[in-house]
Amino acid sequence: MADKIVLEIARYAPDRDTEPSFQKFEVPLRKEWVVLDALNYIKDKVDGSLTYRWSCRMGVCGSCGMMVNGEPKLTCATFLTKYGNGATVRIEPLRYFPVIRDLVTALSDFLVKLQKVKPWLIHPNQPPLSAGEFLQTPEQLDLYKQFSMCINCTLCYAACPVVGLDQDFVGPAALALAQRYNLDNRDEGAAERLATLAHPDGIWGCTFVGECTRVCPKHVDPAGAIQQYKLTAALDWVTSLVLPRGHKDANQGAAHD
Amino acid sequence: MTERTIIQGAMTDQAARTEFHPRWYRKRLSTWWWLGEWHYLTFILRELSSIAVAWFVVLTLFQLRALLNGPETYARFSSRLQSPLLIAMNAIAFCFVVFHTITWFDAAPRAMPVRMRGKRVPEYMVAAPNYALWVVISAFVAWLLLRTP
Repeated sequence: MADKIVLEIARYAPDRDTEPSFQKFEVPLRKEWVVLDALNYIKDKVDGSLTYRWSCRMGVCGSCGMMVNGEPKLTCATFLTKYGNGATVRIEPLRYFPVIRDLVTALSDFLVKLQKVKPWLIHPNQPPLSAGEFLQTPEQLDLYKQFSMCINCTLCYAACPVVGLDQDFVGPAALALAQRYNLDNRDEGAAERLATLAHPDGIWGCTFVGECTRVCPKHVDPAGAIQQYKLTAALDWVTSLVLPRGHKDANQGAAHD
Repeated sequence: MTERTIIQGAMTDQAARTEFHPRWYRKRLSTWWWLGEWHYLTFILRELSSIAVAWFVVLTLFQLRALLNGPETYARFSSRLQSPLLIAMNAIAFCFVVFHTITWFDAAPRAMPVRMRGKRVPEYMVAAPNYALWVVISAFVAWLLLRTP
């Protein structure tokens, strides 16, 4: 008998349902199949109305994040064989996000927060193009490279209980991306980001559960980024107390010395 | 534009977060969210362990006060510490403090990335000296307490 696996999928149709319910689908269990392949099989062969996001199917685009047996996962990188023949695997939309339909979450709130931390190079005194490229040493690159690997898959938001408890919390990925630019020696925007980051809804909202780092498929370590920024912000605050006049923004100092 | 106004006007604060999805489902987080998952539970235990730390600080302050008030008061304080209730409480608090220390040391490398010659020092190199110092200081305190006078 061919191997099978059962997917228990959360279904929600906004025009019909008041809350999601689960529907079971039996799919063939193939060695090379990931959860996303099973979802595509269901959409192709069983129920075309099943709705979910996906694109690259190779862990780059960050679209196919879902809760697989209660864990935030990229479904394109989660093999079915891990769960075994005949197992029931529960697929839900990413936790803490509003659900639009079936497995699709609303990302608008995340995108607003992402914009708030200004995750781009702020470089008002940029030299003209004729001055040549902006060279960076491997050491300068190494300072922020890890945090630049983020693919905005929002698995870290689904892992973070603070996101679930406090809707205004800026959240792990956005804070890590802010730190990515703060630590870039081409960037001069640390002072502009300070008000959003050193705020109860910013880094001080984080209680260091550390789950964001554990679930990150790109090993970005958002928890680390946030704790490091807490240290920078605290030192900045102490400096401003001790040297109210001569004090220079500690962030800027860290990024540019 | 008019449609957007209608949607926002008809919806609560939550729905106003987006202009494009007037209806969605949002699950409320239960008060017991930390019970369902082992990682969340260890987090809450780590947070609670600070109570044990505070408990030992208060106990030490009381011990110092008893010490300052003379040998009689100190003997009374010591005998009170031997009550089964306090022994049980201190045993539990001790477990929590050990848990607190270990999780704290393991978290340290992430909050403080140490760099040498432009490269980040591996995490265990930051955590290991903490553990080493902990063992040395504990051994010294044990020696102080257990040596025969």
